[in-house]
Amino acid sequence: MSQETKGQNHQPATSPGETSQAGNRLTRAWSRAAGSDFIWSFKRSPVAVVSFLVALGLVLGAVLAPLFAPHNPFDPATLNLMNGFSSPMQPNAFTGEVFWLGTDDQGRDVFSTILYGMRISLFVGFAAVAFAMVLGVTLGLIAGYVGGWIGAVIMRIADVQLTFPGILVAMLIFGIAKGFTPLEQRDEMAIWVLIIAIGLSEWVQFARVVRGATMVEKGKEYVQAARLNGRGAGGIMIRHILPNVLGPVLVIATISLALAIIAEATLSFLGVGAPPTQPSLGTLIRIGQGYLFSGEWWILLFPSVTLLALALSVNLLGDWLRDVLNPRLR
Amino acid sequence: MTDTVLKVVNLTVKIPTRQGVLRPVDKLSLEIAKGKILGVVGESGAGKSMTGNAVIGLLDPPAHISGGEIWLNGKRIDTLTREPMRAVRGKQIGMVFQDPLTSLNPLLPIGDQLTETMLEHLDISASEAEKRAIAALEEVGIPGAAERIKSYPHEFSGGMRQRVVIALALCAEPSLVVADEPTTALDVSVQAQIIALLKRLCAERGTAIMLITHDMGVIAETADDVAVMYAGRMAELGPVRDVLTRPTHPYTQGLMASTPLAAKGGKRLNQIPGAMPRLTELPAGCAFHPRCPIAKDKCRADPAPTLGAGDGRAACWFAGEAGP
Repeated sequence: MSQETKGQNHQPATSPGETSQAGNRLTRAWSRAAGSDFIWSFKRSPVAVVSFLVALGLVLGAVLAPLFAPHNPFDPATLNLMNGFSSPMQPNAFTGEVFWLGTDDQGRDVFSTILYGMRISLFVGFAAVAFAMVLGVTLGLIAGYVGGWIGAVIMRIADVQLTFPGILVAMLIFGIAKGFTPLEQRDEMAIWVLIIAIGLSEWVQFARVVRGATMVEKGKEYVQAARLNGRGAGGIMIRHILPNVLGPVLVIATISLALAIIAEATLSFLGVGAPPTQPSLGTLIRIGQGYLFSGEWWILLFPSVTLLALALSVNLLGDWLRDVLNPRLR
Repeated sequence: MTDTVLKVVNLTVKIPTRQGVLRPVDKLSLEIAKGKILGVVGESGAGKSMTGNAVIGLLDPPAHISGGEIWLNGKRIDTLTREPMRAVRGKQIGMVFQDPLTSLNPLLPIGDQLTETMLEHLDISASEAEKRAIAALEEVGIPGAAERIKSYPHEFSGGMRQRVVIALALCAEPSLVVADEPTTALDVSVQAQIIALLKRLCAERGTAIMLITHDMGVIAETADDVAVMYAGRMAELGPVRDVLTRPTHPYTQGLMASTPLAAKGGKRLNQIPGAMPRLTELPAGCAFHPRCPIAKDKCRADPAPTLGAGDGRAACWFAGEAGP
């Protein structure tokens, strides 16, 4: 009986072309995604839509900066010192050129430096969050699944880490790393040191949440079933537990991204972050604040507004994501 | 080799705690033959699930087996180290859990979970595994199995999910299935179907089942033999008809007397006075004596006789003396 039905069901299923099946699957996945709760609640939230558009615009502007930017601020050959301190939208007194957002003391177009500066800010932000996420999720999984003294040691390190303000930790790491890098490589290293410093100050969040979620999942019977099935601890953690704890990780990653961008800006503003040769938004703000009281307000204002828009839109997206992924908060 | 699938001899499980060493399972012996169903009943905390976990080798530390032997198909498994034990589990032992809502990974299609288990333990190709997965789902009565192997657990109802769990437990063709309260989370009409399914599949394949439950009705319908546990010890062990109709241990007698029956009419139910002692406060002598209607001085002084598989039915000095 079962033999017969198996044959009947199976013959036609395998005979049609595999390609059309794959195509069908793709369109089905698309219509499924478009009709999902996720997209539905996204469309219904004006805050989410606006922040998404703002964030998307800024990210695209940064990524495609070489296409959009009127000047390349990193290429000294294109700079004209005569263009220095042009006001926004006003023709320059000497050259007659018009800069949308004005220029700084070196004659660099502020709009272009912002676009290029955002690249640094976003790169550092994403890389730091990725680093913090990998570190935190791994340690959190181990602490939650293995537990015992290993878990205790990991979580105590996390607790100690939390008692230091993130910026302080980042500055400490930055300072130590600076001591070990030769002078001529410092500017190059600065970006990577920033990433590691910010990443190390943010992994705790991930580790804590993942540990908690792992302990909940570990008690569920499908994990028992997987153990009974003869899977090792590593296999169970990666195949079964990790996918089930990724929801909250996504939320924290988004909010951490905003925090990382701000942390980077803070460090750069304090002069320990991105060097003036590779200015990030924070470096631009630091440069600009020197001219605020001499009347060249645009050098400070526009990078600050950009930073604000970037951090705020990412943060609001993160908040919205948290509400969507956690039905209990609604 | 006889057709005994599982043989447990004097199994003792210990948990060291601040209040001393607890013994949730104490000198327990039982046997299950090929194709037979052994029902294990008892109150909450009587050690039923601990026994099941000890058999499948998944006791969570600090609980551990401190004595006794577990034999599976003539091979001793309680002394195996981790790696060989992993090969035995899953291949030779299947498990059906209590809550079908949590016993499937919510993020994997059920087909993947089935094929994964088979690929791990059977020497077959991926396409063969998929064919078998479909056949296994058809066997447990999932309609449209060929399409539904791509479905996720949340797309099934509780009863359907328990069917999938049964398919999962049986797909590697184990010789023993440990079912830990497989019907507790299901409603009564589905319970009967699941029990019937489990019974039919095991009879067809000659799989032995250790059915852990606190539901006497399920035992009466399903089991060939029944083991009654009390405070980690075996109270009574025997063929299901004998134990249920002519119980000899005063605890079993109390249990049967307190089972509601339509035939008894509107009389008040009997109850056993008191509650099962905590493992930290086990009385001296027989663990049941404070609640036992026929307890004598001997019961307060000497622990009840240990019940071995095969011999006497009740672990009681005065078995059968009090009428039901």
